Amino acid sequence: MRLVRKFLPLLLLFVSIGSLAAQTPSAPADPAAQIAQLQQQVADAKGSADNAWMLASSALVLMMTGPGLALFYGGLVRKKNVLGTMMQSFAMMALITVLWAIVVYSLCFGAGNSFIGGIGHAFLRGVGAPPDPDYSGTIPQQTFMIYQLMFAIITPALISGAFAERMKFSAMLLFMGLWSLLVYSPMAHMVWGKGGLLNASLGGRFPTLDFAGGTVVHITSGVSALICATYLGRRLGYPKEPMMPHSVVLSFIGACLLWVGWFGFNAGSALSAGALATSAFVATHFAAATAAIGWAGAEWIRNGKPSALGAISGCVAGLVAITPASGFVGPMPALLIGLVAGVGCYLMVAKVKAALGYDDSLDAFGVHGAGGTIGALLTGVFATKLVNPIFKDAQGNALASGMIDGNYHQILNQAVGVLIAIVLAVVGTYVILKIVDFTIGVRVTAEHEVQGLDLTQHGEEGYYWEASLP
Amino acid sequence: MTKLEAVIQPSKFEAVKDALLEIGVEGMTVTEVRGHGRQKGHTEFYRGREYTVDVLPKVKIETVLPDRLVDSAIQAITNAARTGKIGDGKIFLSRIDEAIRIRNDERGETAL
Repeated sequence: MRLVRKFLPLLLLFVSIGSLAAQTPSAPADPAAQIAQLQQQVADAKGSADNAWMLASSALVLMMTGPGLALFYGGLVRKKNVLGTMMQSFAMMALITVLWAIVVYSLCFGAGNSFIGGIGHAFLRGVGAPPDPDYSGTIPQQTFMIYQLMFAIITPALISGAFAERMKFSAMLLFMGLWSLLVYSPMAHMVWGKGGLLNASLGGRFPTLDFAGGTVVHITSGVSALICATYLGRRLGYPKEPMMPHSVVLSFIGACLLWVGWFGFNAGSALSAGALATSAFVATHFAAATAAIGWAGAEWIRNGKPSALGAISGCVAGLVAITPASGFVGPMPALLIGLVAGVGCYLMVAKVKAALGYDDSLDAFGVHGAGGTIGALLTGVFATKLVNPIFKDAQGNALASGMIDGNYHQILNQAVGVLIAIVLAVVGTYVILKIVDFTIGVRVTAEHEVQGLDLTQHGEEGYYWEASLP
Repeated sequence: MTKLEAVIQPSKFEAVKDALLEIGVEGMTVTEVRGHGRQKGHTEFYRGREYTVDVLPKVKIETVLPDRLVDSAIQAITNAARTGKIGDGKIFLSRIDEAIRIRNDERGETAL
């Protein structure tokens, strides 16, 4: 034993050198083969960097739903509905995952036609370690798949803001399942899928620049939210009865998690860890900042005080607006886009909503629908090949992207994308609501609405803080 | 025996509690309540809409006293809680039929 202890350091040294030597494959004698091997190692290293960032981004985007959105929305509702509201986000993390694995990934990203993918990748067949070069040449297709899943999860969760405090849990599950099939899949396929009608990188007929989902995620969910809000009708007592957020503290935490998570949402949409990811990261952050200032500033002017809720709502609006633009615009335009979104969404929520009288309880339409539209259109203005040479001619030279490059046509393409998103959302959502209402009924009874979702839908209370209870 | 209920501003609670203890009050029950008398509430903004919040946070102190302590208790409370502005609060007195100590069945003033 003493002998072992004496020679242990030397033994360890030999073992480590030996294992290092074992990892480095012996270089082949032929120089061409050597170069090929080195090239492969470089590609592997780059792939590792990209994959690391993409896995981290996937985690960040999931965090946006849980707990980001769950807290943001949860804090905005009345105490008796906090769990019900958080469950609406959390349930998506579970439900959409299963649907995605079974068929939704394939419908979004499988080869199909201009409007929808096929079922070639149903049950994730063919989705493994090898990259799919149409989407990303350096990361496993499985990484791409799991990253996109997180988008598919948060998109329906956003809609829940519109029917907060009055939708049946069972009806919501059915609605969201159908929505991901009938609305999300076609839109995602059209903008991001191979052969998609609006796909800017793969030669779509109406190339819509949507880096991370302004149309696919925010306009579809935001417009769907409006349809839901009007179909389900106003909450009992709205608008006379004040329905104040039971915890702006929770919403604050949620919003900050959304801001941080959004780096995964936007910068991760570069699908690589290089300069484009950085550019998108910076644009994202800048837009959030000016949007918060814009909304809070508008409140300061109009109400005399900038509210915390206004500031965090503003930052979310900016993040929404920069989503389609993030990988196409420079930092200075990002500041401007954020500011426009902050002020614009504030007006939508404070003036237009009140004037039109619909009860979009948590402003899903006002922030995501409106913000997404603002962002999608401004992308057509500020997209530049200097940030992202997305359009190329036959020789591979970069063509003008947006208006500031001299491409005045792009904003029309953006409008086409926006319009398609709106129409798909309106029609799809209405049809699904009809189906769900006909089969199981969408809205809770008046009595249940008064008691609250937590008790009636989930048999729980969010807080047992009364001193009298053990 | 007299029950004394005082609804006061929350910020005055510590002062009132200390004043009562000083004059020999041996027990009290304190609850956080909301309410208003003539005091107007304040306005809050939510999503561009102005709301009037007219039920304001208050503290209610309930204590059952032997009759000999009632006047000094009222004095103690008003001195500690008065600011001279609307919203200072109110004191209510009512007769108590009986008081019983749960621990040892004592009744009447000795139970207080």
